[in-house]
Amino acid sequence: MEKVIASKSIKVNEEGYLTDFSQWDKTIGHEIATEKGIEMTDRHWEVIDYLQGKHKKEEALSIRGIKKSGVFNVKEFYALFPGGPLKVSTMIAGIPKPKSCI
Amino acid sequence: MPTAAKKMLFILSKATIENVYAAFIMANGARMEGIESEIFFTFFGLEAIQKKKLEHLHVATVGNPAMHMPTLLGGLPEMEALATRMMKKEMEKLDIPPVGEFLEILSDSGVKLWGCKLAVDMFHLKKEDLIDDLDGIITVGDFYARADTDNTHMLFV
Repeated sequence: MEKVIASKSIKVNEEGYLTDFSQWDKTIGHEIATEKGIEMTDRHWEVIDYLQGKHKKEEALSIRGIKKSGVFNVKEFYALFPGGPLKVSTMIAGIPKPKSCI
Repeated sequence: MPTAAKKMLFILSKATIENVYAAFIMANGARMEGIESEIFFTFFGLEAIQKKKLEHLHVATVGNPAMHMPTLLGGLPEMEALATRMMKKEMEKLDIPPVGEFLEILSDSGVKLWGCKLAVDMFHLKKEDLIDDLDGIITVGDFYARADTDNTHMLFV
């Protein structure tokens, strides 16, 4: 399905995750974050960069991976993206929601 | 559809790996969905938060029909250790953390970890025997009081 985000028509799935990463840019991420009640700071973008890097390398995301990332820790991750950090941050990053149970 | 669950309260009463991990994965999974979660460690569940014991939990090979081995065989020396090693290897492949690391993740994720006062007294444990991340040693009544919001669910593991 299509959704207008930042005045562009973007392909998303029924949960609102982008299905075509090439359509992503920072304004899109910014608007999804605002919708989720998150005000993006440089630190938020560092996390988004990290997640997108993992996605490009096709490495699965997990909470343990976050702990070992060396970029940020679990506590900070929850503070930056309240209400389910991996779910929310991957949506902002324009990448699929992780399928893992951990 | 977003979940209606607001808070999950787990009671962990066993120390076998399969039970401990079931509680941990469910508690962590709740936080990942934006649901509050807490664990009350009671009876043998206390082994999972004892500094000296938490990395030495075992799979039950006796009295566990899912092991598909005769009970007599399951009781042989080293059988439990072997089954435990095999299971830990499989868990590592799926990036499931060891117990100590998992407890750190749970605490950092905002899962409240409670020791059961009665069981702590019964096993003659001291606060120092238990992990530093423990949020406190509380009574059953205190734990029920944690169910302070609608759509709270309580699960016995």
